[in-house]
Amino acid sequence: MIVLALPAKAEEVVLGLSQNAVAITATFDGSDILLFGAVKRESPIDLASDLEVIITIAGPSLPVTMRRKDRRLGIWINTDVVEVDAAPSFYAVATTAPLQDILGDVEDLRYKISIPRAIRSVGAPMNVADAEKFTEALIRIRSGNDLYQVREGVVDFEESTLFSAAFRLPASLTEGDYLARIYLTRNGIVVDDYEAIIPVEKVGLERWLYNLAHEQPLLYGLMSLAIAIAAGWGASAIFTALRR
Amino acid sequence: MQIYLPIAEVSVNAFLLLGLGGLVGVLSGMFGVGGGFLMTPLLFFIGIPPAVAVATQGTQIVASSLSGVLAHLRRKTVDLRMGTVLLIGGLFGAALGVVVFNYLKAMGQVDLLVKLCYVLFLGVVGALMFFESLRAIRRSRRTGGVPLRRKHTWVHSLPFKMKFRVSGLYISVIPPLLVGVLVGILAAIMGVGGGFIMVPAMIYLLGMPTKVVVGTSLFQIIFVSAFTTMLHATTNFTVDIALAVLLLIGGVIGAQIGTRIGVKMKAEQLRIWLAIMVLVVSGKLAIDLLVMPSELFSIGESGHS
Repeated sequence: MIVLALPAKAEEVVLGLSQNAVAITATFDGSDILLFGAVKRESPIDLASDLEVIITIAGPSLPVTMRRKDRRLGIWINTDVVEVDAAPSFYAVATTAPLQDILGDVEDLRYKISIPRAIRSVGAPMNVADAEKFTEALIRIRSGNDLYQVREGVVDFEESTLFSAAFRLPASLTEGDYLARIYLTRNGIVVDDYEAIIPVEKVGLERWLYNLAHEQPLLYGLMSLAIAIAAGWGASAIFTALRR
Repeated sequence: MQIYLPIAEVSVNAFLLLGLGGLVGVLSGMFGVGGGFLMTPLLFFIGIPPAVAVATQGTQIVASSLSGVLAHLRRKTVDLRMGTVLLIGGLFGAALGVVVFNYLKAMGQVDLLVKLCYVLFLGVVGALMFFESLRAIRRSRRTGGVPLRRKHTWVHSLPFKMKFRVSGLYISVIPPLLVGVLVGILAAIMGVGGGFIMVPAMIYLLGMPTKVVVGTSLFQIIFVSAFTTMLHATTNFTVDIALAVLLLIGGVIGAQIGTRIGVKMKAEQLRIWLAIMVLVVSGKLAIDLLVMPSELFSIGESGHS
């Protein structure tokens, strides 16, 4: 468990994580992670406006190739292609209230908090007129796989001071450094933010096999074949032994 | 029990994989086919990335073919010379197939290619097998079995002739080489052993006696599958050993059960059921290509492999 503090401001975030790393083991089936923390302040709570909390967790951003099927000669095949420059492999936003009520557009643009802002898509090829549909589809497909999550109102915020939110990381996680960000907002303006890194890594046998497959592919291939040959030969031998 | 596959990077139920391996093993034992043509679509269906399914499938085929070929070697029903000629063609074909596979993968058309190959080859072979066995059943009802007559075709007039003693053939090496190349390409692209293409080709095209056909095709399949597995492992890094092990365990046990069931069934009945199964798989894939998909968009593999 780690607790981190920050330099002085009117209202500051102090954050804790239920686990400071996610290990992908052979029986990995997703992971639950709890982010909790407090708002540190020197003066009494400002009651003129509501203090809100936004928490995001983002997986490593990678370029993505989006393809669209179209009917050609009676069958559905991939035709149009749009390269999305960078899209997080995982992205979750949890808030205390509907995002559009507590975060202004300019601030969203600046901090890249909402999912469409977290995806960077600069140019689309000339032959594709409706490039934004590809980004929408990316969000739709990944949301369907629980890789993109928008969970408004789930952050538990006590007395404008103590907050906590549980996140569910799905089983199909990409390895890398996951970035947890916490924003405090008032009137749609970010008053403080904080970042922490949660490394997600394969460990043990998974790590070893993955490394072997990429660093010693010849050896790995031969090992796979050896296992197959042993299994095939073994089954045949056992079967003949049983028949006698 | 969920298990995280290190290369496929998905989490699946271990018992589901054991069961799938077992089911396909039973069928492959019953019908004497590798079962790759069933396993690969089933793996797509449970969410294994196509590239991983095709590459990993090779290890399963090696195991089940080896198990089968050992039994055939004991019965001396393997034509090693013919097998070697088919193998030489097969290795060329496999190398070619992997090049095509990687090229189309970069273009985003690999799914289409794999599916088209399935629909085309399974459809044609299934239909041929279905009508052939239907005719055989009718014939056996009328006369009680007719001996196979060997015809003299264009195959017998090509140069580079060679003696194949076990098969009792004296034919040109060109047709077996070409059959080998074709099967090798299919093995690499479709993730199948290619037995369902090679067996009819050996019987009808090369005129080999039925009793040596299965053993010889299994002999060739072992090496071609091993070769494609190595090519996929070294060029694409898509062989998932954890997936392979689970499928293998289910597969080898299932194959033994299937062999026992197969012995009790009539050859024509077996073939007609196999034909129906092949047609169902190809029909399902054809529908997927023809009907408008519910999601037109797909996320490509860039940055993943």
